[in-house]
Formats: sequence, C-alpha cells, structure tokens
Amino acid sequence: MAFYASFGTVLLLLAVTAPIALGFGLLGATAARSAFVPLRWIGKAYIAVVRGVPDIAIFLFCVIALDQAFEWIRHQILCPNWGQPIRQGNDFVVCAAAKLPLSSAPQWVHEGYGFATAVLTFAIVFGAFSANVLFGAMRAVPVAQLETATAYGMSARQSFWRILMPQMWVYALPGLSNLWMVLIKSTPLLFLLGIEDIVYWARELGGTKTSRFTDYPHGDWRLWYFAGLLVFYLAFTKLSEIVLARLTRKLSHGQATTGGDALRNAA
Amino acid sequence: MSCWDTIQDYAFRSLGYGADRLPRSDFTLCEQITLIGSGMIWNIYFGLMALVCGFFLALLLALGKASRHWWLRSPANTFVLIFRGSPLFIQFFFAYYLFLKFKQVGFGPDWLTNAWAGALIVLFLNTAAYSAEIFYGALMAVPRGETEAADAYGLSGWKRFRRVVLPTTLRLAWPGYTNEAIFLFHATTLVFFSGFPALQQRGDALYYASYFADKTFNPFVPYPILAVYFILTTLAIIGVFGLVNDRLNRHLPQDKRAKMRIRPQIIR
Repeated sequence: MAFYASFGTVLLLLAVTAPIALGFGLLGATAARSAFVPLRWIGKAYIAVVRGVPDIAIFLFCVIALDQAFEWIRHQILCPNWGQPIRQGNDFVVCAAAKLPLSSAPQWVHEGYGFATAVLTFAIVFGAFSANVLFGAMRAVPVAQLETATAYGMSARQSFWRILMPQMWVYALPGLSNLWMVLIKSTPLLFLLGIEDIVYWARELGGTKTSRFTDYPHGDWRLWYFAGLLVFYLAFTKLSEIVLARLTRKLSHGQATTGGDALRNAA
Repeated sequence: MSCWDTIQDYAFRSLGYGADRLPRSDFTLCEQITLIGSGMIWNIYFGLMALVCGFFLALLLALGKASRHWWLRSPANTFVLIFRGSPLFIQFFFAYYLFLKFKQVGFGPDWLTNAWAGALIVLFLNTAAYSAEIFYGALMAVPRGETEAADAYGLSGWKRFRRVVLPTTLRLAWPGYTNEAIFLFHATTLVFFSGFPALQQRGDALYYASYFADKTFNPFVPYPILAVYFILTTLAIIGVFGLVNDRLNRHLPQDKRAKMRIRPQIIR
C-alpha cells in the first residue's frame, strides 16, 4: 500500500516544486538582468554555481545545510542565552526549543518537514535552471517591442509586466518543457534525501522475503520492481510530451514566430 | 601528519592504493581535499570512457533515426526513447539488479556487477541516446544546398556522407554536444548511490564528500570542495571542446563561427 502511496508522493512533489522553482527562476532571471550591479552578480552567480555543480551534490548539501540553517536561526531567536558553541567537534548542537521539528512532534510533522526541505532543495536547483531559461527568453523578446513600449511612455516596470512578461513565455517554453522532463526524471533522487519514495519501496518490497516475516514469500523481485518504475517514468514523460506539444501550439497562437506563422497558414 | 603524508596515503585511495582505512576523526582540510580529489579519478574515468564510446554509437543511432528503412528507424527510436524517457537513477538500479540476475544464473562475465563495468555500460548507453538526439537534430539541419552541391560534384554514398554531411553535422551539433558532455560528467556522481557497491570504500568524489559530511555533520566544507573540482572539470571540458569546435569551424571566417555558449534548450 505504501508503495502505491509513494507514487502520490512523487506526483505531489512535482506539483508543488514546479511552481516554486518557476518562482525562483523568475527571481533569479530578473536579478541577473537587473540594472543594480550587486543584484546582477548574485543572480548570475546563483545560475552559474548551481548549473556548474552536479545536482545530486547540491541535493545532498542543501538538505543538511537548510536544516542546519533553520535550526541556527531559531536557535539565535529562541535561545539567546545559550552559552555553549553550536559546533562541538563533530556535532551540531542547538537548544531543545530550536530543534526542527520539535522532538515531541508527532510522526507526520517529521515526515512533512522532510518533504518540505526536499521541495525547497528541488526548487533551489531547478530554480537556477529555469532562471537560465527565462534569462535567455527575456533576451529573445525583440528589442523593438520594448523600445516601442518606452516610446509610448511606459515606465520600466510597466514595460516589464505588460510587454516582456506576456511575450517571453513562447521563447521560454522549449527550455521549460525540457526542464519539466528533467524534473520528472530527477524525482527518484528523493530517495537520497531520505524520503520513503518509490525507489525506497521498490528496494524494500522487492528484496527477498522469507515466509517467516510475510505471508507472501518470494525471491529477489527488485529487478521487476525497477522494470515497473522504468515503465512508469516512460509513460509519464510520454504523456508530458503530448501535453506540452498542445501547450506550445496554444502559446504560439498569434506570435511573430515560425510556429505562429505555421498556425496562421494552416487556418 | 603533514599534508604531504596525507597525499601519499590518500591520493590514489579510490583505486585501492595507499592507506587501508579512511580517516575516522579529526578530519583535516588536506585530507578532505585529497580524498575527494582522489574520487574524481572515477568521475573522469566514467565520463571520458562513456563519452568516447558513446560518440560512435550516437552517430550510428542518429543515422538509424534518419534512415529510410523502418527496420533501422524503429529500433533506434525505441532505444533513444527508453534511455531518454526514464531517469538515469532508475536505469542504474535496473541494470544493477539485471546484472546480479545474470550472475546468479551464470550468464555472461561476473564482473558486470562491479561499478567500473556495469555502471560504465549504463552511462555509455545513456549518453549515446542523448547525443543521438543531438546529432539527429543536427543531421536534419544540414543545409539542402550543401548536399545538392555534393551531388553536383558527383559525390555519392559514403563519400558524400564522409566529406560533406558528417562535417556539417558535427559542426552544428558541437555546442549541444558540449552541454551533453558536461551533464554526463555530473551524472557520473550517481554511480555509487544507485546499487553499485563501492568495494572497500573505493568511491567517487561525491561518495567521499558525503562520507565526510556524514561523519562531521558539517556540509559546508566537503561539498564546496567537490563543487570546486566539478567547476574545474566543467571549465576543462569547455576548453577542450572549444578547441575541437575551432578545428571543426576552421574554414569559416571568425565572426561566423558558432560560439561556445550554454544553450538552455538542450540540457538533459
């Protein structure tokens, strides 16, 4: 049963992460093209570092780092009179009130917290990727469009929201749809973040079972479980491909691109 | 223990030479840098071997995809779909248990379950599928004028392919292929987290980095070291591929050459 529920975990992760990552991406992209120099550096550094380092390294790093960062902040706020240093040799010690989640919290809070850090980690990584895509898309919007907006007396903010934002999506879509595929394909990495996801259950349930522990003894079925997962992911990416092709068609409608022309000619 | 001793002990630890045990406590910065660097040997081995072997299979697959004959086209398409449509992580797990099964029934050589062979096969097939898609796109983008010119010169068959189509395909595909190479090197870090065991703690860079992070509960030292190693590797790849790119485009005027830059549409 938990095996089937874990498919839900994966889908939930995708549904929650995608918009957050897109938000991170928008922030990163606008920062990277900001007129304010330090902000631009931060945006560009964010994109460059996350893209330059293997994503699982960042996954493994962020889960511990975020957890420690949260606990450290809570420690500073909740226990100002704590005398001892936080790093004692190989241990990271914060006061009991700053523990996240509280050690008295019920099980579901622990699981929820683990899931939330995983979502945030995914959002940070894929935020950088989508920032890169959106940065390119913003530059692909014809300059004449923006110049016209200025000529009509729009402020920078107005031309950003009214001209740039609506037009950039069609340029961003190929990159974003690819990113969505990459996101789907990186969900099994949840396993490395300590979430009991489909990989975890495939290993658990597929392993050799003897009749002592279960009513359904069987040999090593992990091969078949993973074959099942392969098929699941194949079906899911195929489905996404179809949906994204439709979306591209819709967004190309009325745009001054080859795709838009093709639609006009067909009509 | 001085840093030089540490380097002697751990520089080739990932291959099984040097000290028997990994450091247990009081980790110095030098130990972490050396050991994680030692793990990079595996990442470079996997990346380089898969890339070199994968290149040729990818070309064949791209030609298969572009073939007129359905019995060439459909296997190539299926292969690419399977390896691009499913996560590499699951592919590793699947392959590992598949090879384990082979071992149990006594089919094929039994070193397939070792990471150096088994994981390499998966990476090789995987990168071949991704590169095939890139090469196929480039093959389709070869300007019609060039093949017409080749026909006009009386070139046909193998000669036309070798002298006209292939150079242009490579030239068009190269920036995308560079991207693929970078991501392949990143993907090599998955090997030791996906079923394939690190025998006697001979692992790759991420294996050692996570070892240190687990032991010290401090991710802020080993992971940035790993990051620096990978950024250096990425720069090296861009440098080498840039040289090949210059060679491929040597007949074009400077300003017409395809610039080596990261193209967001073709990340894997």
